[in-house]
Amino acid sequence: MEIKVKVNGTAHSLDVPDNTLLVDVLRERLGLTGTHVGCDTSQCGACVVHLDGTAVKSCTVLAGQADGAEVTTIEGIGRPDDLHPMQAAFRENHALQCGFCTPGMIMSAIDMVQKSDGRLDEAAVRDGLEGNLCRCTGYHNIVKAVLAAQDRM
Amino acid sequence: MATETGIGASVKRKEDARFITGAGRYTDDVGQHGQTYAVFARSPYARARLNGLDTSAALATDGVVAVFTGADLQASEVGDLPCGWMVKSKDGSDMVQPPHPPLAVSSVNYVGEPYAVVIGETLDAAKNGAEALDPDFEELEAVVDLATAAGADQIHESVPNNQCYDWELGDKAATDAAFAQAHHVASIDIVNNRLIPNAIEPRAALGEYDEASGTYTLHTTSQNPHLERLVLAAFVNIAPEARLRVISPDVGGGFGSKIFVYAEETAVIWAAGQLRRPVKWRAERSESFLADAHGRDHVTHAELAVAQDGRFLGLRVQNKANMGAYLSTFASSVPTYLYGTLMAGQYKTPAIYVEVQSLFTNTAPVDAYRGAGRPEATYIVERLVETAAREMGIDPAELRRRNFIQPADFPYETPVALTYDTGDYEASLNRALDHADYAGFQARREASEQAGKKRGIGFSCYIEACGLAPSQVAISLGAGVGLFEVGEVRVDVTGSVTVVTGSHSHGQSHETTFAQIISDKLGVPFENVTVLHGDTGRSDYALGTYGSRSLAVGGSAIIKATDKIIAKGKKIAAHMLEANEDQVEFEDGSFNVADSNQSLTFGEVAFSAYVPANYPLEDLEPGLSEKAFYDPPNFTYPAGAHICEVEVDPDTGVVTIEKFVAVDDFGHVINPMIVEGQVHGGLAQGIGQALLEHGVYDDTGQLLSGSYMDYTMPRADDLPSFTVDTTVTPCTHNPLGVKGCGEAGAIGSTAAVMNAVTDALGVKDVPMPATSETVWRALRNGGNG
Repeated sequence: MEIKVKVNGTAHSLDVPDNTLLVDVLRERLGLTGTHVGCDTSQCGACVVHLDGTAVKSCTVLAGQADGAEVTTIEGIGRPDDLHPMQAAFRENHALQCGFCTPGMIMSAIDMVQKSDGRLDEAAVRDGLEGNLCRCTGYHNIVKAVLAAQDRM
Repeated sequence: MATETGIGASVKRKEDARFITGAGRYTDDVGQHGQTYAVFARSPYARARLNGLDTSAALATDGVVAVFTGADLQASEVGDLPCGWMVKSKDGSDMVQPPHPPLAVSSVNYVGEPYAVVIGETLDAAKNGAEALDPDFEELEAVVDLATAAGADQIHESVPNNQCYDWELGDKAATDAAFAQAHHVASIDIVNNRLIPNAIEPRAALGEYDEASGTYTLHTTSQNPHLERLVLAAFVNIAPEARLRVISPDVGGGFGSKIFVYAEETAVIWAAGQLRRPVKWRAERSESFLADAHGRDHVTHAELAVAQDGRFLGLRVQNKANMGAYLSTFASSVPTYLYGTLMAGQYKTPAIYVEVQSLFTNTAPVDAYRGAGRPEATYIVERLVETAAREMGIDPAELRRRNFIQPADFPYETPVALTYDTGDYEASLNRALDHADYAGFQARREASEQAGKKRGIGFSCYIEACGLAPSQVAISLGAGVGLFEVGEVRVDVTGSVTVVTGSHSHGQSHETTFAQIISDKLGVPFENVTVLHGDTGRSDYALGTYGSRSLAVGGSAIIKATDKIIAKGKKIAAHMLEANEDQVEFEDGSFNVADSNQSLTFGEVAFSAYVPANYPLEDLEPGLSEKAFYDPPNFTYPAGAHICEVEVDPDTGVVTIEKFVAVDDFGHVINPMIVEGQVHGGLAQGIGQALLEHGVYDDTGQLLSGSYMDYTMPRADDLPSFTVDTTVTPCTHNPLGVKGCGEAGAIGSTAAVMNAVTDALGVKDVPMPATSETVWRALRNGGNG
């Protein structure tokens, strides 16, 4: 099938098999390897991207479902010299170690903060990160980073 | 030089810029033109004969490039996967090692064991081909239960009683005599639950073969690429090391599971040579569950003999350790030299005797997982101490104090073959008690009771032995490799520095920590130091990362190389300044002549080394690049005190961690921010073992906890924020005075949690993991989940 999708501001027209997943379009067709695949049951959240502004697990979205949509990946939110506040907070709070879960974690956290009405507390952040697994940090510094970032977003 | 980027500073990480912007480069992110895709066919049975394998339909599948079976690898003289540590039984005989072909040939022995690999033009084609394979399996009764494995069906023809070895350590007669004197004997029977490591990046490999040079390149998710290369060259017979390059790019967590050499990358690199095309494989998570080496899995009876005044007299341990179906790369060492040797803990127990029977079962191989033997040992010692305290009516902190090895006792030789260099265990415990507000615990417990809840507190004062060493001792005890590390410091023409380390970072932050060391020692700006690692094409033979060794061993090698740089720099500076070499001092990045105002910057000396106009070429080689190998004279001995406070809801059995305090002594700390992060992660894994995680097989050997839907990974809402602090007694035998921090969290925490849970419930034991169901049942039957 033919899909038209805007990824990080750039329009693409792609011919893909019907059963193609969004994550494979991003990684294999567009070379956006910042979005990772860590499981096969939609549990780990390493593949989270924004689809029309909402966090989705791109391993569980068909490419066809993104037809006509705008997708934002970790590569699209900031550069090393111009970081998104959430990226900066992850760095400042040592909220990452191996870095593999980090893109999905950051994309989920941005969505969580944007959708919160009022200030998130620690319990709300922990609850909101339930769909993202990290094996390195014990979440301690990720929670700190999200709480720090919400003041700057 | 104390600066904002030197030793002791919480410098933000160099690594982060790429990881937070999606620019990390993990194995699965590497692609090659014309690459093919590998899919492994895996046994659906725990134990079966493979009487035949019809590959014709698979080969006829659209897009399938090739199918390779165990027989194909055997015909091509691909060697078996070896185990790198020879353990001897009590009677002096060698451990029994069953053959471990990368792809099964005539029998399969665990669910998920690979027996063929299908290579396709696309991943889908390879998957379709794997579906079309027609194996002729004859299912046999599986041996699953560790406790009864010795008397069960024999799994391997060459392994009677399914026993790998029957090992002992310590003085049996002296220990028996100590027990005869005991006022009280505390005993426990525990199962140390099987864990599945679950680094979030699944294992992956990309094999390439260059026909023109006959050279292989393997990108893979390895914690130690040189070990991978050594095994593939010397045992598997892929190619001599000089024609085999192994690259571990960014690796998404390891926790031990990526130390080992596995079937998959072996088949991938071999197939790349056969096909003359790149071959790519990435594990699906269900494959990680089935075929990554698992951790722990012990069944243990242990006893502690105590005198009337609370002094420990003796410790006796009888342990059965599960090896799984085959011996993984270092499996044999984990329940022996990394376990029995730790049984003294922080205490002056004078007599210790440990017996370990290691057995095969029809389950995935078991090997080192964060802590590797030391969490299992700590769990025994610290559960026993707490049990003795409760049974004798002594405060658990006080009982520990009465038995601590004292600062004046170091170096302290234990009855189980280690010599601790330094420590101050009471200092850590006291600090932890303060953070935990131990004095206020009774009031909190009463408040919980009034709210209908049960509150408990648990301690764990752990010892660990890191930076496994020295090489000659380990080799005499069966190790098949040396245990040194290599570090290279290449000063560039303009004075910036490139460091090549044999240690591998997969979350540990070497690019930052090692740059801090160089910046501190050479006075070079932190930004001008680059650390390279993870490529056999860049570094000398190295041992890589395991056992919390990177800073203590890899960092020490870098210091040695740095010392050589400074020594050579002094010679160059002496020549340039027309001074005697012994008059030249190096401080804060300058070479100064004593009692004069003459000095040269580090950059000026470096430039002169490469543009040797004014340079003693007749006496000194040009260039400023030095390398050092460092072989540690002893283990390092990190230690600490962990205190956990829990509240249990008796209606639901839910355990909530109200507070977790970890006070650790890692010696000197280079970057406190990074060290705290390492502790946090370890705590999460130790708490995960205690409350959530369990690798479960049913009695036919099917893995019941084979996905994230079934295996409970700790999530953000399962854990508290932690209170982490350090005390410092510097290691006495390495140049940085450091001990290692990578595993401590996972070693100390599990016993603290379970001591707290059993305290809350008022029972002697609850099996791990203490899930809400297990706790709920325990509340109704007085323990036993």
